[in-house]
Amino acid sequence: MADIMASNLIRQTFRTDKLPHIWCQGCGHGVLMRAAAQAILNVGFDPDKVCIVSGIGCSSRAPGYMNYNTLHTTHGRAIAFATGVKLAKPELHVIVMTGDGDAAAIGGNHFIHAARRNIGITTIVFNNSIYGMTGGQYSPTTPMYDTATTAPYGNIEQTFDLCKLADASGASYVARTTAYHVPQAIKIFEKALLNKGFSVVDAISGCPTYYGRKNKKGNAVQMMKWMKDNSIDFKTAEKMTADEIKDKIITGEYKNAPAPEYCEIYQKEVIDKVLKGDAI
Amino acid sequence: MRLLMGNEACVEGAIAAGMRFFAGYPITPSTEVAEWAALRLPEVGGKFIQMEDEIAGMAATIGGAIAGKKAMTATSGPGFSLKVENIGYAAMAEIPCVIINVMRSGPSTGLPTSPSQGDVMQARWGSHGDYPAIALAPSSVSEAYYVTIKAFNYAEKYRTPVIVLMDEIIGHLREGIELPEKLDMEIIDRKRPTCAPEDFKAYKVPEGEIVPPMPGFGEGYRYHITGLIHDETGFPTNSMEAAGKLCSHLMSKVEDNVKDLIEFELIDVTDCDVLVLTYGGTARTVSATKKLAEAAGIKMGIFRLITVWPFPEDELREIVAKHNIKHVLVAELNHGQIVREVDRALKGAAGVHHIGKINGDILYPKEVLQKLQEVKANG
Ligand SMILES: Cc1ncc(C[n+]2csc(CCOP(=O)(O)OP(=O)(O)O)c2C)c(N)n1
Repeated sequence: MADIMASNLIRQTFRTDKLPHIWCQGCGHGVLMRAAAQAILNVGFDPDKVCIVSGIGCSSRAPGYMNYNTLHTTHGRAIAFATGVKLAKPELHVIVMTGDGDAAAIGGNHFIHAARRNIGITTIVFNNSIYGMTGGQYSPTTPMYDTATTAPYGNIEQTFDLCKLADASGASYVARTTAYHVPQAIKIFEKALLNKGFSVVDAISGCPTYYGRKNKKGNAVQMMKWMKDNSIDFKTAEKMTADEIKDKIITGEYKNAPAPEYCEIYQKEVIDKVLKGDAI
Repeated sequence: MRLLMGNEACVEGAIAAGMRFFAGYPITPSTEVAEWAALRLPEVGGKFIQMEDEIAGMAATIGGAIAGKKAMTATSGPGFSLKVENIGYAAMAEIPCVIINVMRSGPSTGLPTSPSQGDVMQARWGSHGDYPAIALAPSSVSEAYYVTIKAFNYAEKYRTPVIVLMDEIIGHLREGIELPEKLDMEIIDRKRPTCAPEDFKAYKVPEGEIVPPMPGFGEGYRYHITGLIHDETGFPTNSMEAAGKLCSHLMSKVEDNVKDLIEFELIDVTDCDVLVLTYGGTARTVSATKKLAEAAGIKMGIFRLITVWPFPEDELREIVAKHNIKHVLVAELNHGQIVREVDRALKGAAGVHHIGKINGDILYPKEVLQKLQEVKANG
């Protein structure tokens, strides 16, 4: 499946007349978008039943290029809009494409509550550790002491670990991948899409324009190389000390624990019971 | 005949209009709207969800509408403030939905259980940028029912958010209401496209129509919705020409149809000494004042707004001119909001006066009478 030609993939899943995209050269977002498109194709969803929702940010521009039912909403609110779409029409495959700021800062509340409900939405966070769209301000995933335009003396805030946050909030599928590890990203996206409940993929992206330049992490190629050289999987990480994993990207499946999905419970435990007259 | 609260009657009206999706967050004095929706929607196969906050409540409501359902949310002052960004989104993306705002005393957390009509201007201008507003204010429990049906009809017909501006007086009022077995009212549903999906332009207004047809997501028309300026394909553009066209369309679809949207009630306007303009719960104080005014020798007319936005400026001006009315007294539970519209509409054609209150109490007939006497004595 994975060897479908790129051009074929693009014809099948993209709005080719909307390309080229707005992203800078070397941005990881395009790689992740392509991997997500490949995964949607691979799992065989009916494209008319796929709905992609985003908030505001560079990452949130992705759905506009993709040939599905696409909804570009307000900053931080993608998951809340998606919750309405999904509950109103559970047969839709609802996917959220969002940024680290969109999902974890302004939209943090929606993120944890959607996870708590285990509603059938797959959330892909294009995590570039920075606010790209507004020109490089620090985000909840900017590493401590890195610099950003609003942290000229270094960022003194702790970072969110989005996998731990999603897990603790109740998401039933949680994983991390990077824009360098494309075959892994495709596999993880597929599994996230096939999980019936709330899935979260923390997809590490690179922003050479703002994050890279500000923090002397080099150009696009060097940032990709950094992802390659610094990623380890969760199993390996388990055997390492806190100090050893400090600057690593820990990738792979963090949690795969299927659990009853919100819309199905609503149908079964609320509507069906009320209609049968045997609600509590 | 049933005994219902205004808040509950709203939900009954909404369900009669076809509402099958509700997303909200509890807040006094609107909470019963959510509670009644939670109870009633599953009985008709509909969905209710209590979101994590009002921003999410508005967002999910819009999401439900995009999925093809008639959708509603309800709130009160602080919650309405949180909803306004997404109300602007619904206006921009032309998503039909209904927002019930049961006004309570403000500002800020204010007096949560006390009435007010302090959100009238917020209902008009709450979100940033130029966008149209439609807001309706019921004055009784049965009117709450019918006004909510109308709100859905307008939302569907004009593809825009519609606000039902209730106040705590009507929201918590219990009255007998006859819920009709068969509704003697047209129910309007958004038009769906009939063309082939490949010919569909999501934001192209067909000849002779007010708004573009709107398919639900999942119905085979894959299209894009955004809050950015977009052209008739629905995709973002930086073109000033497209921006001008879109923003003018948003305004004109309402401005060109004010006759369809405007509704008000007139009582004894011929020969009146003072015309009292009022709306919502305060209209009940005003009608109770009428007898007192007559006993005091004042001929009082009433202009009761049902549609608050768009404001019936031409109609008011015509009535004042036709009946040679010298004074208009605006009675509303705030520091003076609709009175500005009245002043603006009349352009000096009559004396414009105001009676309001901002201490959480209602207006009483004797206070309105006293004001009427003052107005009459001075001119
Ligand atoms: C309510 C609101 N606040 C702020 C903004 C400005 N804004 C636009 S995008 C953005 C940050 C986006 O960062 P992220 O979600 O990490 O996505 P990226 O651009 O890095 O992909 C901000 C702050 C906005 N559009 N709306």
